Amino acid sequence: MKKLPLGLSQREALWAYAFLALPLAFFLFIRIWPALQAFQISFYQWHADPSQRQFIGLANYWRMFHDPRFLQALRNTLFYTLLGVPAEVTFALAIALLLNSVGKRFRALFRAIYFAPYVTPPVAVAWTWFMLLNPHRGVVNRVLVALGLPPQPFLSDPATALPTVTAVVVWQFLGFHVLIFLAGLQNIPQMYYEAAQIDGAHGWRLFRYITLPLLKPMIAVSVLMATAGPSIGFLQLFTHVINLTWQNPGGPLGSTLTVLLYMYERAFGAFEMGYGAAIVVFLFFILALISLIEFKVLGRKVEYR
Amino acid sequence: MKGRAISYLILCGFAVIMIYPFLWAISTSFKPLYEAFSPNLVPKNPTLENYRVLFSRTLFPRWIWNSLIVAVGTVASVLLFCSLVGYTLAKLRFPGKPLVFALIMSTLFVPTQMLVIPWYQMAVRYGWLDTHWGIIFPGLIPAFGVFLMRQAFSVLPNDLIDAARIDGLNEFGIFLRVALPLVRPALATLGILTFVGNWSAFVWPLIVSQRKAMYTLPVGIALFSGEAGSKWNLIAAASVLGTVPMLVIFVLFQRLIIRGAVMSGLK
Repeated sequence: MKKLPLGLSQREALWAYAFLALPLAFFLFIRIWPALQAFQISFYQWHADPSQRQFIGLANYWRMFHDPRFLQALRNTLFYTLLGVPAEVTFALAIALLLNSVGKRFRALFRAIYFAPYVTPPVAVAWTWFMLLNPHRGVVNRVLVALGLPPQPFLSDPATALPTVTAVVVWQFLGFHVLIFLAGLQNIPQMYYEAAQIDGAHGWRLFRYITLPLLKPMIAVSVLMATAGPSIGFLQLFTHVINLTWQNPGGPLGSTLTVLLYMYERAFGAFEMGYGAAIVVFLFFILALISLIEFKVLGRKVEYR
Repeated sequence: MKGRAISYLILCGFAVIMIYPFLWAISTSFKPLYEAFSPNLVPKNPTLENYRVLFSRTLFPRWIWNSLIVAVGTVASVLLFCSLVGYTLAKLRFPGKPLVFALIMSTLFVPTQMLVIPWYQMAVRYGWLDTHWGIIFPGLIPAFGVFLMRQAFSVLPNDLIDAARIDGLNEFGIFLRVALPLVRPALATLGILTFVGNWSAFVWPLIVSQRKAMYTLPVGIALFSGEAGSKWNLIAAASVLGTVPMLVIFVLFQRLIIRGAVMSGLK
């Protein structure tokens, strides 16, 4: 291409800029500028009338750390993540290992069944489970009683509400992680297992010294997505919580409240946009920090020589 | 072989847990109210009454229409612009390319939740509240789509494009008539993922739609179910309107959707 006259490559560049003009405007004005604006808004005392907006520096951030409801939302969000991410990832890994051991036709069928909830709207999923988990008439408690187990209060008790929401979210997104692990398992060359078996390794040792290390990149992806993945990360829980606790969002007694739900409550319920912006900016830093730590811990490459 | 039997047993157990809620909701949606609390999966007195109520006495037809417009509009924009930008980044030479690429990819690291307050203010300022455009505009060109299309175009041989140039096609003609038909699988994957994602979207439509007539289906389901109290048959029917179309699409386009989901994780 270098041999072509200058005019041609200039023309190519002009075409490129023409193609990019509208999309670049989109990225600048709809994606990048608003991100900076979020920071700016977080330094203001919000008012519907722009002339009444007051610069208050870090006061919104200071308020956050003295706001018991925010601190509760933050604690809950971390608790959701600590409970949900390991549950989602381990269950998915176990299922993927089982799937990998059965016949191909069954594997494809089961994989589709486990993945189906992932493609359905979280709102509809939440309302279906809201009914199934009804303490008095829900199917889940009927099954528990039939099995001779005590019925559970699920969403109606502050002690069980958060784990219940977590379980619904795990139910919906489990299949995504199964998919990732299956893709990883299918990339492990069979000869590693054969070689190890010749050396006398079985079952657990094969898993511990071959499968697990070679799946590490998949585990990293899975953990990162379960923590901070767009719309599926536990740190960004919102839709399931607000729908499962619709009469009293974040309840009972704030036991299911998340940082994002609290942002919504402040910014769009009370129209405290400045405070809401401070909350999401803070969440952004938490997301970045936790993702970075996970990446540092899990991201190291495994090499087999 | 005992181990294998146990594997199948566990897998079947999990499969029941994954499928049962859908079956239960579908079944309950065909039950009269007095039967709605029974755990039977087969309605004793099946009825279409619940759907008749949803379609004739609520805004559900309107909400489904809104969701379709939003999803189809977004898919059209995503397919056009993500492929155009992906193609430009993969195949055209121009000064500043690394900067443009970095700029676009940087938006992947900003969670959209951080943008909803500025977007809302933008929507207020320009009168976009309660419009389809207001729901659509944040998702017109997702960076992930650009990345996906760039990958798809980058494996096309350069000779092909140079040959088209020599044949006298202009750059847009090459993109549209030579390159685009060759990345149809990637386009299909991106289109389906975008449609499914928009059909399910909740947070932004909830914020930007304030008049009930402008709700999308998920926002409508939430509002309706919140007001329906213990009319489980109606709530179940509303949920089915959200889930079943997606389950059908999933069955029809399983390969594309699964491939797209794996790519979205492993990008």
